[in-house]
Amino acid sequence: MPVAATIILRGRKVVGGVAEGEALVTHETVSGWGGIDPMTGTIIETRHELRGQSFKDKILVFPGAKGSSGWSAAFHLARLTKSAPKAMIFNEMTTKIALGAVVTRAPSVTGLDQDPLTVIETGDWVKVDGDLGIVEVIKKR
Amino acid sequence: MRLTRDEQAMLDGSAGGAKQRAMDLLVRYAEALGAENFVNTTNVAGVPGSSTLFLQNYYQQRGDASYEAVFSQFDLDSNEIVDVPQMEVHACHLQGGLDPVAWPEQGFSQAAFEHQMEDESAATSHGIRMLKTCTPYLAGNVPAFGEHCAWMESSAVVYCNSVLGARTNTEGRESTAAAMLTGKIPDWGFHRDGFRRATHRIQVEVPVESVMDWGMLGYFVGEMVGERIPVITGNLSNPDLVRHKHFGAAAASSGGVEMYHIPGITPEAATLEMATGSNPPRVTIKYGPAERRRIYETLNATGKSAEVDYVMLGCPHASLEQLQEAATLLDGRKIAAGRALWIFTSRAVKSVADLSGLTKTIQSAGGMIMTDTCSAIGRFVPKGTRVVALDSAKQVHYLPAMMNVEAWFGSTEDCIRAAITGRWEGACL
Repeated sequence: MPVAATIILRGRKVVGGVAEGEALVTHETVSGWGGIDPMTGTIIETRHELRGQSFKDKILVFPGAKGSSGWSAAFHLARLTKSAPKAMIFNEMTTKIALGAVVTRAPSVTGLDQDPLTVIETGDWVKVDGDLGIVEVIKKR
Repeated sequence: MRLTRDEQAMLDGSAGGAKQRAMDLLVRYAEALGAENFVNTTNVAGVPGSSTLFLQNYYQQRGDASYEAVFSQFDLDSNEIVDVPQMEVHACHLQGGLDPVAWPEQGFSQAAFEHQMEDESAATSHGIRMLKTCTPYLAGNVPAFGEHCAWMESSAVVYCNSVLGARTNTEGRESTAAAMLTGKIPDWGFHRDGFRRATHRIQVEVPVESVMDWGMLGYFVGEMVGERIPVITGNLSNPDLVRHKHFGAAAASSGGVEMYHIPGITPEAATLEMATGSNPPRVTIKYGPAERRRIYETLNATGKSAEVDYVMLGCPHASLEQLQEAATLLDGRKIAAGRALWIFTSRAVKSVADLSGLTKTIQSAGGMIMTDTCSAIGRFVPKGTRVVALDSAKQVHYLPAMMNVEAWFGSTEDCIRAAITGRWEGACL
């Protein structure tokens, strides 16, 4: 039986806690308010590559946040509706994403030693240790 | 993090539960950013304590949906409900969800209206000023050069940093609520000199003159630079308040632009060298006729039917001169049967428009001036709307996706003509 390849990425804590789940990866930045439906966790932005897909209970891997200052409130609302991502992994630190990650209360890391957008693919199994800033990736194949 | 004595005292709870929760949130936020300390701010703009019917129901099911309960649990991200005192610093409320008079046309229920008025009364009693606009700088809150602010609303943030030279990050609902109570915000990003320099240069090689031109250029710039800081050089003219407002709003929607420089025009860039600091721009991007054409097509991507049902102006909220322009174009004319023309602005600007006769001229033509909100924020369009016409790249970015409508983008004149004829005849000149 082939052993699944495991890759470890090291970065820094944004929000503590531990979570694992299936990765949903996008190479495009994500809008909060107006870009997602907080009731379902679905991306609704007109020309987004993930349009129509939900990050609910996924490990969201993305470059960072863009758009409205309602970013944190939209993801906060997604937490209340239980539609938030289980964890977040991103590259570009901004106030939108920092505050958004804090109020979503999802384990979050950034500043990883390899680009998570290159290493992680949608469907990979990912464990995030927010406190230690460690991401463990188990490739789907 | 290094906390001052007063910050530590608030965190320890000696200034009461609300300030304790506020400092706790601000510390978690600052640590997420990697900030090492706070700056003091006395100018905070947010949407404190406002709740939609969803939030009302959500907290009601958990036993308490009072203003203080929403403020504690949502705005301060607290697990406990705390007594919310008067705000510590100048706190203003940005845009809200419905017009206090025209809410029936917007499709809201009596209950939604009454709820909003209750929120407003509670906010006022906590010392929050109800500017009710995305353009506080047109409604009595104009920060001074260098002033540290904590503002929400991406279009106001980019205006505050770029045009006024004041300093704010794009704050969120929770961080602004906490800042209103504490007068503190993380010392990160745009509060710091080194962060405010441009890294990307946009060379404009096609004339950018009209409000529509500036909006399209802004949309291009946001797409190209994302969250980074651009310096724009080349063929730009008429850099007035309205053009900056539309440029910045567009750049903050297609991307995450929070500050831009235009040498000789914006206050922190007398020269290109001042805009970029000691490092020359990493990237130079051209904006020529082909790029302009592509942006026009992008902004009109959802427009299919030329039969326009609804014309919406005032994103960001209209200035007095924009209301004057609309009134001049509409004077003595009527909008087509079955069409709606709604123009959104702040209470402050509308009250001057009322006293100047502009409101009457627009109403006589069949249009309406509304305050507090807009179609995207309030999630409403006139009943039966399928096709809208907009003069704001920002509104085009949001409205079709949110309300499942087709949208045309053009000049204010294109939009008003569509309201009068009922047909879209805009073109990329």
